[in-house]
Amino acid sequence: MARELYQAIVDGILVGGVYALMAVGLTLIFGVLDIINIAQGVLVILGAYLSYTLFTDLHIDLFIGLLITVPAMFILGVVIHAAFIRWLRDTERTAMTLLVTYAVALIIEGALYWKYGANPVQVNTPYDSPSESVRVFGFYIQDLYIYGFILAVALVVAIYALLFRTRFGRAVRATMLDESSARLVGIEVNRVAALTFGIGVAVTAAGGMLYGATNAFNANSGYDLISRLLAIVILGGLGSIGGALAAAVFMITLESVVTIWQPNWAILVFYVALILVLLLRPQGMLGRKAVRSA
Amino acid sequence: MRDAIIRYGLLAVLVICAVAFPKVFTNPAVTNYGVFAMIYVTVASAWNLFSGNSGYIMLGQAVFYGSGAYALGLMASGWNVTGTMVFALLPLVGLIGAGIALVFGLIALHVRRHTFIVITIAVFFIFQTMAFNFGFTHGTQGLNSPFLNWPESGYNTPFYYIALAFAIGTIAIAWLIRRSRFGLQLRAIRDDEDRARGLGVKAFRVKIAALVISGVITSMIGGIWFYYLNQVQPQTGFDPLFDLTIVLMAFLGGYGTIAGPVLGALIVEPGTTWLNIQVSNGYVSEIILGGVFLVVILLMPRGIIPTAGERIRKLRTRGRPAVITAVSVPARGDAPPQPPEPPGSEKVGAAQ
Repeated sequence: MARELYQAIVDGILVGGVYALMAVGLTLIFGVLDIINIAQGVLVILGAYLSYTLFTDLHIDLFIGLLITVPAMFILGVVIHAAFIRWLRDTERTAMTLLVTYAVALIIEGALYWKYGANPVQVNTPYDSPSESVRVFGFYIQDLYIYGFILAVALVVAIYALLFRTRFGRAVRATMLDESSARLVGIEVNRVAALTFGIGVAVTAAGGMLYGATNAFNANSGYDLISRLLAIVILGGLGSIGGALAAAVFMITLESVVTIWQPNWAILVFYVALILVLLLRPQGMLGRKAVRSA
Repeated sequence: MRDAIIRYGLLAVLVICAVAFPKVFTNPAVTNYGVFAMIYVTVASAWNLFSGNSGYIMLGQAVFYGSGAYALGLMASGWNVTGTMVFALLPLVGLIGAGIALVFGLIALHVRRHTFIVITIAVFFIFQTMAFNFGFTHGTQGLNSPFLNWPESGYNTPFYYIALAFAIGTIAIAWLIRRSRFGLQLRAIRDDEDRARGLGVKAFRVKIAALVISGVITSMIGGIWFYYLNQVQPQTGFDPLFDLTIVLMAFLGGYGTIAGPVLGALIVEPGTTWLNIQVSNGYVSEIILGGVFLVVILLMPRGIIPTAGERIRKLRTRGRPAVITAVSVPARGDAPPQPPEPPGSEKVGAAQ
């Protein structure tokens, strides 16, 4: 029993790292553009399918394939922003942007059904075989989870460095704090917004690759993903990157532990935690101040 | 005066058309469209009652719809109610809907904007998970309704009239709310909740009341939908596409107006049903639904009714000085809510 528990915790932390990566994209987009990208879930699935296609058809290694899929998803993000999101300026903007991204999600989901059908697929990687696993503290962990975790941490650190060590990052943070003041001091807010949206979408390529290599998925899996991601970013406090990281690892670990006893109900952990937190602390665990004070 | 006559005349013609519809088109395939159209007119109007007036976008209307369907099925099978007696259970279904809406509101209405929308999505998924996993909801199999021994040929017609009655009733409620102090308070909340609160609007109570009305109507029509189709599964009763379709209808027709959601439902529902028959693959209608949605929001963000109303007003006032236009607009009474009543108007201020 205790062994299962430890295994669940280790799994939870490793998988949580991947979710943290996807959630950072979502919360970054929220922080800068003040919108929730409902399409994030299905974009992860799109990333998973891209890696799947590159791997099964062209036999490109999953991690090397990211060199193709990450820029592709970045461009897709910039295009979505330029085509649909940039134009929304109205009093009902909150609702509008949600609905627009929801509509984009529907179109991508439909296109994925069209191309790949409804049968769930999984990327069968060489990293996935039982022989490819390492022993850490008496637990067997597949290489893929280790590599994936390292990749996720590396990307999150890279985003952090981008935000806090570069000029562009300073512009992004300024826009997050106060858009009109940022405009006044000469920041091109539109360009910052487009690039941020691109980065937020680009991380789904990496997240999707790892998701697709560790789960069976079809186009419909996007709903499950987005509901988890939304719970995570709200729990962490919308716009807070540190909050998203903490909430992702915490929630996935909790879910993984609850799965031992109640596999069918484990997903409810997310929503119940979400509702509890909002009743007690509507701004989320770390709120928005985490970004400001950092 | 002439405007009023024209408006009520048009309304009467529309009602007569709606009532005569199954007499003219007796083909069950056609009346089926009618039943679904009326169901969706009801749901879209009920959604608009709360979300359109208060500005809190609800992306979990299926919570009420599916709960209504399940509640009717469970009560009918638990108490062995059959035949037309099943309709007598509808008030109880509405009561359950009210309870769910009350709890929903108590939890979700503490937060605003994005967070509220996300909470509604979360609650929606909680309900779907429950429907999948509870023993009494029979998992993926769902529930079957009691048998209704109506003749095959005329089966749709009574359902059409029931749904039509619900649709007209909902529109009437929407109209009454719009003209009441309650409606004014709701719209004040939409425009500026903090200021409305400062002026003495009991915002939380008003929002919950609107949500409960919306939930009661939606759960009852959900029960009718279930009895019409004779079955409900978790993925049909609690369908994320349903949530989005309702919102699309309201936005297409005109978010926050009375006629908007009705028009939107009458366009979108027959359109998607027809598409699903033409192309057997669900994904095509999904892509088209998403595409239409994008076009509507980008080109006509306020919806058909407000945009068309503006056009007509421009045409009628062409060549006249602008000042007169500005004065004549409020005199038309039922003009679209632009510009909205300032929350500081006397009516709101007196509502303590």
